[in-house]
Amino acid sequence: MDKNKVSIHDVVSEKDSEKREQKYNKYVKDVTPTHNYVLNTLKAFFVGGIICTIGQGFTNLYMQMGLDKETAGLYQIITLVLLSVVLTGLNIYSKLAKFGGAGTVVPITGFANSVAAAAIEFKTEGQVFGIGCKIFTICGPVILYGIFSSWVLGLVYYFLKMAGIV
Amino acid sequence: MKNNKIVGKQSISFEHPPVITGFSSVAGKKEGEGPLGSFFDVVEEDPFFGGDNWEDAESRMQKMAAELAIKKAKLKPVDVRYLIAGDLLGQLIATSFGIMDLDIPLFGVYGACSTMGESISIGSMIVDGGYAKNVVALTSSHNASAEKQFRFPLEYGNQRPLAATWTVTGSGAVVISQNTSNNSENSEKSSGGNEKKEPVIEIKGITTGKITDYGVKDSMNMGACMAPAAADVIYQNLQDFKLSPAYYDKIITGDLGYVGQRILIDLLLEKGYDISVNHMDCGIEIYDKETQDTHAGGSGCGCSAITLNGYIMDKLLKREWKRVLFVPTGALLSTVSFNEGNSVPGIAHGVMIEGR
Repeated sequence: MDKNKVSIHDVVSEKDSEKREQKYNKYVKDVTPTHNYVLNTLKAFFVGGIICTIGQGFTNLYMQMGLDKETAGLYQIITLVLLSVVLTGLNIYSKLAKFGGAGTVVPITGFANSVAAAAIEFKTEGQVFGIGCKIFTICGPVILYGIFSSWVLGLVYYFLKMAGIV
Repeated sequence: MKNNKIVGKQSISFEHPPVITGFSSVAGKKEGEGPLGSFFDVVEEDPFFGGDNWEDAESRMQKMAAELAIKKAKLKPVDVRYLIAGDLLGQLIATSFGIMDLDIPLFGVYGACSTMGESISIGSMIVDGGYAKNVVALTSSHNASAEKQFRFPLEYGNQRPLAATWTVTGSGAVVISQNTSNNSENSEKSSGGNEKKEPVIEIKGITTGKITDYGVKDSMNMGACMAPAAADVIYQNLQDFKLSPAYYDKIITGDLGYVGQRILIDLLLEKGYDISVNHMDCGIEIYDKETQDTHAGGSGCGCSAITLNGYIMDKLLKREWKRVLFVPTGALLSTVSFNEGNSVPGIAHGVMIEGR
């Protein structure tokens, strides 16, 4: 038998409650089924890739329409966010996410989904205390720490520039 | 003076076992489509139950269940002395707004998903104690209101782990009454048995659970959080009443799901009781794992409540089962304590229900 495996006998016979908790958690981990890691990664890679390819398609389209690369990129982001919000409202994005996992969470569409979903959910609690206060319940950390880390990087850049390194 | 009602460490054996005179099950659409769908009194297609929001929907569901059970018991709300009710939402809002119109004195209870067992236990004590002729034990859960409170907004895209359970949309009410008719055990024996008597469903006794914490911090694996609590109550029930598991036709847990069931059976086997033959879990029964995408099973107060009032009562009334130990299980999860790094303790309440 696997030496690392904890049997329920070890759990029940353990008198020390802290050790029992550790043993029980280990035992639970052994008996709990998990998603197939490889399959899930492949699906995420696929779905995420498709979303990014669609985005690139929009960028190319906008560039063909005469926009410069940077502006076309901005328009592309706006388009993807719009699409994601509409799909969220139509109850499609959550199904997509169930299949694609991180492939739908990482691109900007996942961010838009988390905002739109919260807005729909908390609408019943009012415009101010419902939507207003709770719209960022899921993506709030992304906004806060996104801004914070860019501030830190800005500071680093500033000092490196002062020192004449960059 | 010897008190025969108090049994063992945590149990009560009722002196005059109260009887279940009315019961109702109101289910959502998904539950109606599940394997037990045909057993429910009402399957409501509208997830809002005609209300404005999820909390309102759950309140309406509770009211429907309470009124239906009272009606089925051939009573009126004024005949009910106490309501013992609770739900999963903060401050029990589904209950307080749902049953306001019924104008019945209320004890609000919180036992997470074990509320059906807790409310029946308290209700039976009130009735056996002679403090009421009729009481109603009531509970509910709604998938959307529970997701909103404990997890994510409904439309948020994420992958649920395989150990996660699906909160049942459903509400169940049980009318518990004094056994006033002459159908006590003695008269049944003397009647000769020519006519087939109406089945009587009694609450023989209860075993009240303790908060049990084995330190699981995964709120997406509630079966593992609750299994030790269920094992503890079942063990204590068998010990207190000096019974073997075979005494019961079924030992029925509330919402352990597939993961929790395995752990429960393991735990009890280790303590010397084999319940693998007659164990049933409402969470496993209520959905079809293959087609309904519910992962480890169903959960929520409604899960054990509508399974009891739909499926289990049906089996008891048809006399297919005679004795069951009904053990709704609750994970005492709070988003606050969870974020503060606490584990998810479990609780369970055992109710001995017998039909004759």
